[in-house]
Amino acid sequence: MQFGMAILPRLIFRSLPMSSLPDLVCPAGSLPALKAAVDNGADTVYLGYKNDTNARNFAGLNFDAKTMAEGIRYAHAKGREVLMAINTFPQAGRTADWHAAVDGAVDQGVDAIILADIGLLDYATRKHPQQRLHLSVQGSATSYEAINFCQREFGIRRAVLPRVLTLAQVEHVIKNTTVEIEVFGFGSLCVMNEGRCWLSSYACGESPNTVGACSPAKYVKWDKKPGTMETRLNGILIDRFGDDEPAGYPTLCKGRFEVQGETYYALEEPTSLNVLELLPDIIKIGVRAIKVEGRQRSPTYVAQVTRTLRAALDAARDSAERFHVKPAWQAELAKVSEGSQATLGAYNRPWR
Amino acid sequence: MNGNFTIPKFKLPDFIASLGQKLPQWPHALVLVGALNAALKMKLLPESELAMLEDKLFRVRVLDTGGEASYTYRNGLFRPVFRPEREPDLAFAANLSAFLQLLARQEDPDTLFFNRELEITGDTELGLIVKNMLDAVEWPKLPRLPLASN
Repeated sequence: MQFGMAILPRLIFRSLPMSSLPDLVCPAGSLPALKAAVDNGADTVYLGYKNDTNARNFAGLNFDAKTMAEGIRYAHAKGREVLMAINTFPQAGRTADWHAAVDGAVDQGVDAIILADIGLLDYATRKHPQQRLHLSVQGSATSYEAINFCQREFGIRRAVLPRVLTLAQVEHVIKNTTVEIEVFGFGSLCVMNEGRCWLSSYACGESPNTVGACSPAKYVKWDKKPGTMETRLNGILIDRFGDDEPAGYPTLCKGRFEVQGETYYALEEPTSLNVLELLPDIIKIGVRAIKVEGRQRSPTYVAQVTRTLRAALDAARDSAERFHVKPAWQAELAKVSEGSQATLGAYNRPWR
Repeated sequence: MNGNFTIPKFKLPDFIASLGQKLPQWPHALVLVGALNAALKMKLLPESELAMLEDKLFRVRVLDTGGEASYTYRNGLFRPVFRPEREPDLAFAANLSAFLQLLARQEDPDTLFFNRELEITGDTELGLIVKNMLDAVEWPKLPRLPLASN
């Protein structure tokens, strides 16, 4: 009875014609993180197995069959959806591991599987024609032609867009496809060559596509010296921080390099994407879901970010015209941001 | 977890650290190891990850109290190491408020790291294992006291 009352408001809003509010899709790297997402207002959580079939394959993170079953039960009992990320690329001679992951996801009863590899999409749609499939950001589809191809061939129902498009381009994609569109709303930014990035492999021979992790921890060294901290990735000096400088993740794309005599963030500064200011526009153009990055983060982060975006989305639903970003929301998101700074990313670029 | 009470960010005055360094360090180690073993007894820590901690030397340093504790994990128990004879495999350093915020799940370790409030040195992968192991623990819910609720 008690939880019946709790899900009632959401069901009512969903059934209203004006309810084009995007789903809030939140990360879960552990069972407490999943519960934090659900308890703080996520419509959907996404998770992965404890192996290299997903792109957050970090030591001690993610779900085994038992915790996954418990997590799915918890989310479904509260009327929320669970997506399984199988978003790495099957490695030579080990295709069976990825097929087993897809079969396992179907057995677990997830609401959708997020896939990047075309061969795996083909396998999933043939073996499990009833299973709902999403195209991962790692699938690197930035045009409606690519998305419609995956719809025609594999029946995908949703595509997650890489974080390189302007809002006008996102709208253009939405107008030219019946596939639901999911965009990133908050989280660490990288060089955003999603699904095609080999920078990590350049430094240490391993990358998200192959082992499911960018800059794996075993190659990372934080070296503290008086007044500075040095970050090394497989021996390569990535960055050197002064004691009062904010830090970022130890990836090549967020390193400071000497270019023509100048040392600076040649590719990108450590930063997080934050779309709060654009929420009314994102809702207006018909985005179906907003994704939060960060399966590698703690349950605390998941609770903080989910709670904040839930409040902002609900405020935007109540009145798009009067929507304004509350300083408290910005402060909460700025605090948890990489490098302690946030950006609107490509969304509001005037140029393309 | 704690809707009503939040731990503020604070730093104790410098003289406390210099005082703390002169005090014996074994009480910190005993308290820390006692808490970890209590979590073990309640089977809150997963065995697959615990196996990766075997014989590793850990050091936790509280910068603004000058307190420091070293410990290891061996044969199914966390044990204090009073006179470490080598550099730790993994070392954490932060002010007391940051450690309290972490323990209360009020702040995220990556957040504290980005903001330079938490220092992690040594074996980074071991650090990730420890962090993710603690993140995955479902702490038992404390009974709700009438005074603590709204």
